[in-house]
Amino acid sequence: MSKTKDTLLDPLFNNNPIALQILGICSALAVTSSMKVSFVMCIALTTVAAFSNLFVSLIRNQIPSSIRIIVQMTIIASLVIVVDQILKAVAYDISKQLSVFVGLIITNCIIMGRAEAFAMKNPPLPSLLDGLGNGLGYSLILMVVAFFRELFGSGTIWGVVILPSTTNGGWYVANGMMLMPPSAFFIIGLLIWGLRSWKRSQIEKAEYKLSPNAKPSEVS
Amino acid sequence: MEYYFSLLVRSIFIDNIALSMFLGMCTFIALSKKIDAAIGLGIAVIVVQTITVPVNNIIYNYLLADGALSWAGLENVDLSFLVFLCFIGVIASIVQILEMVLDKYVPALYNALGVFLPLITVNCAILGGSLLMQERGYNLAESVVFGFGSGTSWALAIVVLAGIREKLKYSDIPEGLQGLGIVFITVGLISLGFMSFGGIDL
Repeated sequence: MSKTKDTLLDPLFNNNPIALQILGICSALAVTSSMKVSFVMCIALTTVAAFSNLFVSLIRNQIPSSIRIIVQMTIIASLVIVVDQILKAVAYDISKQLSVFVGLIITNCIIMGRAEAFAMKNPPLPSLLDGLGNGLGYSLILMVVAFFRELFGSGTIWGVVILPSTTNGGWYVANGMMLMPPSAFFIIGLLIWGLRSWKRSQIEKAEYKLSPNAKPSEVS
Repeated sequence: MEYYFSLLVRSIFIDNIALSMFLGMCTFIALSKKIDAAIGLGIAVIVVQTITVPVNNIIYNYLLADGALSWAGLENVDLSFLVFLCFIGVIASIVQILEMVLDKYVPALYNALGVFLPLITVNCAILGGSLLMQERGYNLAESVVFGFGSGTSWALAIVVLAGIREKLKYSDIPEGLQGLGIVFITVGLISLGFMSFGGIDL
């Protein structure tokens, strides 16, 4: 039982797909300027991750290893088509805002990576949970980044005004920088810093260490 | 002619596919430790991008778009929901063919690019380029220029980042920021620099 729980919850903090495995960063950066849009993206990605893991795992013994990438791709692409069509039917505006990024779920490394690393070797149920867990780990980072970008960039959370901006007669001067690409990089960088200061085992070893200066008189 | 030149400059600098569209980030971060590897991967991306975008353009315009099958007598067929499946199939097979052709005829180039080619199939910059081409409705000539331009922009960005990261390893970075963290901050700064191209209007 505890193993099942680990499969589901490990990707949230201990083995986060974005912060530790460096997977699926593209969309994490691009769609996070508003919380609503990122929430839809999270649902889409988690669904695809869970089901692609499930289906790959169901037929894992029938897939010849030489063409496994193509088979996985086909499964993932078909799932993405389904998700995309549903999004277009239910939430057309948001699907327009997401533009190419729904399609790019196909090449999102989280999905391929988990299908290849986990679903090919494990039975269906754990694979489903692993996909779900990784989707949630991705969603967690996405929502945190979107929260900061939307709050400071346009003074709103989930479209509700929190900091009334000067353009609407309030006092908050919106930080337009937060809606621009670079801020997404900064926020994720700082998040990783925070996460690693908390979970110290994730810290990467430095390739070079500065040696303490043996003769201080030389530099002064 | 001027229009194509402006499209080229736009896709290389202003709409940089890595730094302002965030495409191909996984390989961008993971493989930018060494300049040599970055150059190899960059060239591979330029080549594959320049081939796949026009090919996908032809496939989209003559097979998939609404009413595109009218040359076969099928006026009301709209297969555009199949774009994802077709584009990724085209990309995977072109990469595979390129790999085999290079292996047979240009072994030197194959040895240099070989390891990077399979990675390119799952690089979102390639699929993203094709999807952007479809979304913006480029014609064949435009898509050749756009494919080349966006590939070059990605290559440029990864080589710049690799150059900085080679120097970065000698610097004194806070423990928790070591590795991935500082790379993100660096890319943010480069992206900030590239934003200054935004004001240029050709």
